[in-house]
Amino acid sequence: MAACITCHGREGQATNSGYFPRLAGKPAGYLYEQLRSFRDGRRQQADMSHLLANLSDTYLREMAEYFAALDLPYPPPAPSDLPAAQLARGKAMVFEGDAARGIPACASCHGQALTGVQPGIPGLLGLPRLYIASQLGSWVTGDRRAPAPDCMAEVGRKLNNEDILAVAGWLAAQPVAADAKPAAALPAGVSVACSAMGAHP
Amino acid sequence: MTGRRLLVRALLALAVLLALLAGAVAMLNLRGEDPVDDHAGPFAATPGQIERGRYLALAGNCAGCHTARGGAAYAGGRGIQTPFGTIFAGNLTPDDATGIGRWNADHFWRAMHNGRSRDGRLLYPAFPYTSFTQISREDSDALFAWLRSLPPVAQANRAHTLRFPYDTQAALAVWRALFFRPGAFTPQPAQSAEWNRGAYLVGGLGHCIACHGSRNALGATDTARGLVGGMLPGENWYAPALDAAHEAGVAEWPADEVVALLRTGATARAAVSGPMAEVVYASTQHLNDADLRAMATYLQTLPQAPAPAPAAPPRRNEALLLRGERIYAQQCAWCHGDQGEGEPGAFPPLAGNRAVNLDNPANLVQMVRRGGYAPATEGNPRPYGMPPFGHVLNDDDIAAVLSYVRASWGNTGAEITPRQAMQR
Repeated sequence: MAACITCHGREGQATNSGYFPRLAGKPAGYLYEQLRSFRDGRRQQADMSHLLANLSDTYLREMAEYFAALDLPYPPPAPSDLPAAQLARGKAMVFEGDAARGIPACASCHGQALTGVQPGIPGLLGLPRLYIASQLGSWVTGDRRAPAPDCMAEVGRKLNNEDILAVAGWLAAQPVAADAKPAAALPAGVSVACSAMGAHP
Repeated sequence: MTGRRLLVRALLALAVLLALLAGAVAMLNLRGEDPVDDHAGPFAATPGQIERGRYLALAGNCAGCHTARGGAAYAGGRGIQTPFGTIFAGNLTPDDATGIGRWNADHFWRAMHNGRSRDGRLLYPAFPYTSFTQISREDSDALFAWLRSLPPVAQANRAHTLRFPYDTQAALAVWRALFFRPGAFTPQPAQSAEWNRGAYLVGGLGHCIACHGSRNALGATDTARGLVGGMLPGENWYAPALDAAHEAGVAEWPADEVVALLRTGATARAAVSGPMAEVVYASTQHLNDADLRAMATYLQTLPQAPAPAPAAPPRRNEALLLRGERIYAQQCAWCHGDQGEGEPGAFPPLAGNRAVNLDNPANLVQMVRRGGYAPATEGNPRPYGMPPFGHVLNDDDIAAVLSYVRASWGNTGAEITPRQAMQR
């Protein structure tokens, strides 16, 4: 795991550079699928693709399990400089979505606590604003993909810039509970077909 | 005779000369071609042939170029960067419309041996038929049998994006007339069967010279000079010389260690990285012991290049080295040790490491900027990796820290210039 630390921090809790996402405590299935996606070209990040090019599924799964098992406290979020109206819009998107445009609430899949769901849905809290915004943007442009059925691609392509800034701004400003863990399951089940909740080869 | 008549005669002579030249080029492009039976019947492959072809395709790392990242195996689409533009590898699956579904074994042999496609077009030597021309008809047929056994994938070939005039068949014909001659592997009777097998694999399917050879201005590898090391076309990686103890030569190594490096990607004294990590991952780790041993035997007997004359000690740029020392202490010593001693089995030593002291520093710059893992192989399933530092260190930092490493602990590498550190 030595190769991960200059960006993701010595214990996967992310560095303070403002972009690199935390790995510690994310669902193992999610992390594994992301590692495979970097290697196989579904996610575009030149450093990650280069690093993982010649690594096996077995090793990637072990890496994912290592970071998933880490239990580290979350630092308090940086205070947000966004106007209150924008934050309110972000919060509304997160918990209500926008039915008129066919956008479900983030919480409907990522869990009411937004801490993700086992085995494949990531938590949305404790991440840098720049990272969240960049990921949402890459769903819009199609630069980020997942194996089919690619539920987040369906949702992501409906987002506009205003949505992204508001959602990323609100999410990044939330404190994370000390005992935050991915939920074991979604109470109502997944509402859309989603490879993240299917079997992982 | 009027001036006008003279001019006409001169032009006529020139036209005749050009026609003769064109004829010569055309003839040179046809030499060594066996007749192709376009109406040959279906290919009846035996299971043994298919299995043999599967293995040979690994030895040649066909999928390395003919599979796009994350794409269907052997369906093509990967772009090969060259100084002349990008060549896109073709679809080798047996799809009728987009792959080699309508090819027969003669067509395939002509492509491998003569570099000519089914429809008669000349193929670009990014497809290394300059090496593959040495493989036997039997091996070519086995490869064809294997490819024919794959599930057909309908994926149209991408057009190459080459600059003029390199995008013309005429230019390619001239290149081939100058630099390509169909050949066959000729065993050396004075050498053992093992050595000859190694020479066949290294020089033919393995196409090692494609990276480890030197290339001229028109991109042709120099087979006479052999595996003398060279820059990868279109990439800032240096494939070190395999015939020199101060680069990547293995003449002094125990044969077992050469085999181990090709099979596992890492041994006590070396690990593969960059493009060679890909070669071990996708190709050599899958080869059987006899073949790896044969390659080792051959590589160990390459005529050795002389050690370079000891250079005058370079002027030490103390300010640069001091800056490098500080960066080293902050970023590198944690793994590689205060004295560049490394940690056995995990982090390579930098003191006395020949990869650190290579005259050409391209790989060092790559490793610091982009990091990298040795390949995950059966013998080394959990390789250690170097983190990328491109977001932490700028070009000048990279030049400073590498210059410091190359000037410390008995290392003898020259200072790295900002220009060298700038290369991407």
